[in-house]
Amino acid sequence: MQRVGVFVCWCGSNIAGTVDVEAVSEALKSEPGVVFSTNYQYMCSQAGQDMIKQAVKEHNLTGIVVCSCSPRMHEATFRKTAAAAGLNPYMVEIANIREQCSWVHKDMLTGTEKAIILGKAAIAKVNLNAPLIPGESPVTKRALVIGGGIAGIQTALDIADAGFPVDIVEKKPTIGGKMAQLDKTFPTLDCAACILTPKMVDVAQNEKIRIFSYSEVTEVSGFVGNFEVTIKKNARYVKEDICTGCGACVEKCPMKRIPNEFNLGMDNRPAIYIPFAQAVPKVATIDPNACNMLKNGKCGVCSKVCAAGAIDYTQKDEYINEKYGAIVVATGFNPISMDKFDEFAYNQSKDVITSLEFERLTNAAGPSAGKLLRPSDGKHPHTIVFVQCVGSRCESCAEKGKEYCSKICCMYTAKHAMLTRDKYPDTEVYVFYIDVRTPGKNFDEFYRRAVEEYGVKYIKGMVGKVVPEGDKLKVQASDLIANKQLHIDADLVVLAAAIEPDKSARPLATMLTASMDTNDFFTEAHPKLRPVESPTAGVFLSGACQGPKDIPETVSQAGAAASKVIGLLAKDKLTGNPCVANSNELMCNGCSSCANVCPYGAITYEDKEFRMPDRTTKIRRVASVNPAVCQGCGACTVACPSGAMDLKGFANLQIMAEVDAICK
Amino acid sequence: MQVNEYKPLIVAFCCNWCSYAGADLAGNNRLAYPADVKIIRVPCSCRVNPMFILRAFQRGADGVIICGCHPGDCHYTSGNYFTRRRMAALFSMLDFLGIEKERTRVEWVSAAEGAKFAATMNDFVQTVTALGQNKRLEDLRCKK
Amino acid sequence: MQKITREQLIQKASELLENGTVSAVLGWGIGEFDYDVTPTVFSTVEELKNGFVFNDFCGANFSKYLVKKTDKIEGKILVFLKPCDTYSFNQLLTEHRFDREKVYAVGIPCEGMADIAKVKAISGDGIAAIGSDGDKLVVTTLYADEPVVIAAKDVLAERCINCKSKKHVAYDELMGEEGEVIESNRFDEVARLEAMTADERFAFWQNELSRCIRCNACRDACPACTCEKCVFDNPNSGVENKSPANEFEEKLFHIIRAYHVAGRCTDCGECSRVCPQNIPLHLLNRKFIKDMNDFYGEYQAGAEVGGRAPLVDYTTEDLEPGEVFDRGDNNA
Repeated sequence: MQRVGVFVCWCGSNIAGTVDVEAVSEALKSEPGVVFSTNYQYMCSQAGQDMIKQAVKEHNLTGIVVCSCSPRMHEATFRKTAAAAGLNPYMVEIANIREQCSWVHKDMLTGTEKAIILGKAAIAKVNLNAPLIPGESPVTKRALVIGGGIAGIQTALDIADAGFPVDIVEKKPTIGGKMAQLDKTFPTLDCAACILTPKMVDVAQNEKIRIFSYSEVTEVSGFVGNFEVTIKKNARYVKEDICTGCGACVEKCPMKRIPNEFNLGMDNRPAIYIPFAQAVPKVATIDPNACNMLKNGKCGVCSKVCAAGAIDYTQKDEYINEKYGAIVVATGFNPISMDKFDEFAYNQSKDVITSLEFERLTNAAGPSAGKLLRPSDGKHPHTIVFVQCVGSRCESCAEKGKEYCSKICCMYTAKHAMLTRDKYPDTEVYVFYIDVRTPGKNFDEFYRRAVEEYGVKYIKGMVGKVVPEGDKLKVQASDLIANKQLHIDADLVVLAAAIEPDKSARPLATMLTASMDTNDFFTEAHPKLRPVESPTAGVFLSGACQGPKDIPETVSQAGAAASKVIGLLAKDKLTGNPCVANSNELMCNGCSSCANVCPYGAITYEDKEFRMPDRTTKIRRVASVNPAVCQGCGACTVACPSGAMDLKGFANLQIMAEVDAICK
Repeated sequence: MQVNEYKPLIVAFCCNWCSYAGADLAGNNRLAYPADVKIIRVPCSCRVNPMFILRAFQRGADGVIICGCHPGDCHYTSGNYFTRRRMAALFSMLDFLGIEKERTRVEWVSAAEGAKFAATMNDFVQTVTALGQNKRLEDLRCKK
Repeated sequence: MQKITREQLIQKASELLENGTVSAVLGWGIGEFDYDVTPTVFSTVEELKNGFVFNDFCGANFSKYLVKKTDKIEGKILVFLKPCDTYSFNQLLTEHRFDREKVYAVGIPCEGMADIAKVKAISGDGIAAIGSDGDKLVVTTLYADEPVVIAAKDVLAERCINCKSKKHVAYDELMGEEGEVIESNRFDEVARLEAMTADERFAFWQNELSRCIRCNACRDACPACTCEKCVFDNPNSGVENKSPANEFEEKLFHIIRAYHVAGRCTDCGECSRVCPQNIPLHLLNRKFIKDMNDFYGEYQAGAEVGGRAPLVDYTTEDLEPGEVFDRGDNNA
């Protein structure tokens, strides 16, 4: 039996005005287990807390009930008080007689009556409380960053800067991501490569950072502080540590007509390739689907020309197992496929391109060496039509587009339009838009410059149809402000395709038990207050995998994610919430119902040997809850048919005792 | 308004993160609702076992209401989705047994919806009061 | 009349025993009466010849027995599974309740089993023997001079009249022909009750459940009720009770039992078959099944191993508990 002390707070007149606190403390005196009951003006004050501490000592209290304001207000306070008095902090229960009693009921009689019942419920519960001790788990002081774009790069650099080792896993042969493909960046128009590639070099040179390029995560187990990850290093048929990146093999490879992914298929690359000049790691990779040597054993030119002897046609995929304390997801985005947007003739005409393709076309390292030339005939385009929101904000066309705003298109389109007019003033540039959205530092100024200084023709309205005719693209559009139909003969049409999360994100989320929204963007733990954390402890979000973002935003989120990781890795031990589920192995059927409803993957199963009543032993499958992962929602306790699963701090018997006390 | 001596007993299970906070907000804003409503705090609406609900009726409750975060807003991401299915099935079953369906309710109340909390409770108390005492799922031994 | 005979089953079992495939056979054994068939484990051909029966009263679903028996027996155990039993078999595998490797499952066809209550209603009490003659049952009673001849189809158990499937969803070996899933009318009775007023439903169930003597036969026979320890036997569950003291506890037991098997119940009908008080307990389970089919899409527990029951699953678009009652049920 507990020895319970009851402390009724007046909260000045906040409680005492509607609740007869004297009557409450008197009535609760006779409840089972109660050995001491009193009331005081401000229980949360130092004097009030001292009163509690003293009572604990004088009356050997084992449990405390405070009838006061909401536990959301002062539960933590009174738990600390209990701890200071030498009690387990979880031996405290709060009866909420302010927010849920004195403040919502008008007369003294009902208020007092209800306060007594709430007090009784808290006493009934505390009688069944048991001391709870938060679990501790060690922290592996190494972080994993999945994705090597600007988000992953920045996160890794920041974590490494704090002194923790970081691994970056990038599925492409080089890090750099989408930013490496961009030409200039808004709103300052500095060149993407000039600001990105030094960072890539920093990553390569940082002793704390390992890069697993051309690799992917295939398995994740464990929990916050203690993840175990399997990384698959795809065979690139080139020994990474020996290859000097001289490019002799690339030059001599006879298979030269493979569409170049880096330039979005607008030119070709050989079967052995380095994606771009500043690639990190600067190592060649053989495309196994294109290489004759790998396909049918005929060729071997690259091996012959490689002075370093780095080519290895027998290389196999390699699996690496590593432990991590934290995982950052930075899987980024891709433009959506334009296949379903027949109205813009993307698949009919080479001169209808996406904005990312436009980036490559205007990039000095791109397929046309930075000259804006039409992909079809290499001629200079004189009329360019930019179409915004292609697949974005697409409420009625969810089957081909996205309902959300892709956020970055307004600004990059303004950039494209401005740069075009700057370099080629003889070009007429039209931009069709639904709205122009330019919130961001210096963003609106940038857009206005495009309109006012550069004379870009912004037209509110959508393009209905693009029809290739001769060497022209007939653009039919509506001008909503002038309320008329427009017909423009364009040389080039640029589609601002919506962006979507990378396809690798969904299977990764499953592996991480991290949640996603319907659009496959990772969900943050709280949309406002925990924007860089996933609800799964130890998993953090960086960049566009969480939602559309521009570079400055991505970098700030990357830094924020890094600081969260650093905060985690700086700890030697993690202290958990002790109010977690626990399974009674003797009653567990091993049926998996609990694991099916656990949002955190906190429940695993093991085969355990049990002694049976007839002295035989039996091996049974039983659930075990990882207290470091469990967040204490209690979904499993109801899913469990045998009642083997219970929740500490909110146990079946405790809640039923509250029900009984209220219904008495 | 009709003068009614009968006072129902209502047990409200509120999730810690949304509805319990919503109830607190009702208090902060001094939005009155009948004292017949007694709140039990649970970490998540998905912690509410059907047995708790039957237990409440057994011990003399006239109505039981479960409040949780709005679907999609669960602190634990998916708890209230399970609540929704479990309670839909359970309430339908109670109705199948002839137990008045108005005595059970699930309501989603966010931490910002103090007014909704008070309004919901006022409405629920009124509904249950109209039904009168719970006779169909009672345990006479537990009556006063 | 069953298409497969006792002799065929004994022959199959003997074969598997003798060639060492299995070391024991879970089958129907002679009980006190011809209609009182008892689940039995046979270890030798001799035992099979003396004690194995197969007739229109072999309704017992053996799936549940595998939970305990597979542990007790070295090697594999042979189990005969009627189509409806195979669903329970899969469901138990889904819940990891026994080791599939320890079982040799032989699917057998089923023409529907007889309901002894219906037989007695025609023949009268004092049944001494029940023989079969083609598709007829020949019932000898202590009180009648002539045996009573009853068409088997007239005394078919309710669950067999509304048979949901003649298809075996699990087996190692199949005897006879494979059947099909059947579009049954098994939810008609639930719908009839749903159409009543709440008062009528309450009266119906009050009448039915008040007969409960808490013998636990439903729980003991139910292949979904395989808990290591039932909440009703567990002093720490807060709802422990061994016998109902009043109306509340009768209802509590049956509501919670039905809730605990909701989504896991394959609708095998064993609960109603074994109820000595003839309470139509299967209607409670069917109500859950019908509701979940209506609310969340068709789901048949045990149709496959690894199926995800509706109550441990969700979609973001599920209907609200309050909307349940707006779906055409306007009474009360």
